[in-house]
Amino acid sequence: MDNLYRDFILEHYREPHNKGVLDPHDLHFADSNPTCGDEMSMTLLLDESKERVADIAFDGRGCAISQASASILTDELRGKSLDELRSLDPRDVIENLGVPIGPARLKCALLGYKVLQGAVIGAEARWPDEADVLAGGSAP
Amino acid sequence: MAIEQLRPDVFDGVALRADFPMFDRPHRSGKPLTFLDSAASAPKPRAVIDALADAYGHHYANVHRGIYELSEDATARFEGARRELARFIGAPSEREVVFVRNATEAINLVAYSWGRTNVAAGDLILSTEMEHHANLVPWQQLAAETGATLEYVAITDDGRLDLDDLRRRLAREPKLVAINHVSNALGTINPVAEISRLAHEAGALVLVDAAQSVPHMPVSAVELGVDFLVLSGHKMLGPSGIGALWGRRELLEAMPPFMTGGSMISKVTLSGTTWAEVPLKFEAGTPAIAEAAGLAAAIGYLDGIGMANVRAHERFLFEQAWAALGAIDGIRLLGPASPDEHAAVISFVIDGVHPHDVATVFDGHGVAVRAGHHCAQPVMARYDLPATTRASFYVYNDVDDIQRLADAIGATQRLFGTA
Repeated sequence: MDNLYRDFILEHYREPHNKGVLDPHDLHFADSNPTCGDEMSMTLLLDESKERVADIAFDGRGCAISQASASILTDELRGKSLDELRSLDPRDVIENLGVPIGPARLKCALLGYKVLQGAVIGAEARWPDEADVLAGGSAP
Repeated sequence: MAIEQLRPDVFDGVALRADFPMFDRPHRSGKPLTFLDSAASAPKPRAVIDALADAYGHHYANVHRGIYELSEDATARFEGARRELARFIGAPSEREVVFVRNATEAINLVAYSWGRTNVAAGDLILSTEMEHHANLVPWQQLAAETGATLEYVAITDDGRLDLDDLRRRLAREPKLVAINHVSNALGTINPVAEISRLAHEAGALVLVDAAQSVPHMPVSAVELGVDFLVLSGHKMLGPSGIGALWGRRELLEAMPPFMTGGSMISKVTLSGTTWAEVPLKFEAGTPAIAEAAGLAAAIGYLDGIGMANVRAHERFLFEQAWAALGAIDGIRLLGPASPDEHAAVISFVIDGVHPHDVATVFDGHGVAVRAGHHCAQPVMARYDLPATTRASFYVYNDVDDIQRLADAIGATQRLFGTA
């Protein structure tokens, strides 16, 4: 537990990066974590090619883990192509979060990832399989 | 924070932990286990675990079938458990007690079997804003399928049922009022006997979800005056996989079966089937045989303490915990303040900290609580909260747990810099 709430996690929670709603935007999606009911939305502005992320923001209220995870995730997405977003590996999202995530908090840590996938595919994405994500290792 | 060190003269919760092997399990935090999630499911005393092993080891055969000693023995024990449960909940007859998997299944049984034959388009069903999803979703489904209307009795800002709102809605003559006895999300104790009286005057039947009351206080179906009562064994120190529906006999007899198959028939031919008598009519397939023995052992254990003593102990713990938590800055407590109206289930919010984070930090201190919507999302919406943290107490809890709960709250506030 002490490893989970490291200072940088709490800093992202108190002052999240990329928080809010982009207006105008090209892509928008909202989704929720069924275990707590927390809702999160994401808005994405694409560049002129409509293929790459010009700007991104997330919004909603949630726990420190979901907020920090979305804050850290969105920091890394500007300039990435939609294909790159689609092929994001949830294991990398967990790894980039940099704190140990167990099964009880996995959905918190992956809520931002799931909302992002929803925005990119334009429909509700599936939760990644818990066993795959927690087993670690590289993408198949 | 000052916690009164007096224990209630009824019993010592700390001493009872010796009866529950789960408290011997080392916690990964290295700290003693402070178990405050009994409203979700309760640990089992050794008496229950032994009864399960004994049933499987020495008394196991299928019930209601075999013409041999072992099956007669198993059947007698299974029916004995039914008798014990009937007595425990003040049912007039064990023939009115149907074994099911849990309270959820019991409510579904009523919603399907009674509901689909007695509720039609245009009829009104009343539930409340404070129900567990188990006493809400089955009625939504019934309403959607029959064209009936489902309305919810409002709750007040302090978490009590709005009886004026109930009276207004009863004037429109609903068919059924489905209400919990104790709210799992707020801890509110509802005045079910009074609600029953009002509902019956309006011509409605009453189903009470007693999953959170039967384990914690003396409950009598007859005294409550309800028509259906449901419970889960696993919340009352018994095994998971067994629960019960009690219903007035004439209602049960008039209802069609819920599930069909073996055990619940009287005679089957290829052209048709007649049903067994109540309660077997509602018990298709092999039931939870050993679990019934375990449930009987749980009842025996609770009877050994005395349900009035259980209630007195928990009332004391509620008062202590309510005062201790209320004295902490930055805490919001939900539900009524009066111990007459509030069971030992305390839902709270720590300002600036999400309940999931609260529960994770608490876990690091060996404190097990529930965080989330408690399967009661409309309650969370009512108070504009995404979720709450819930501490629920039982016989093995005592003031030391309240102290550790308060300490864990302090540690959480320090970690998040909110106090």
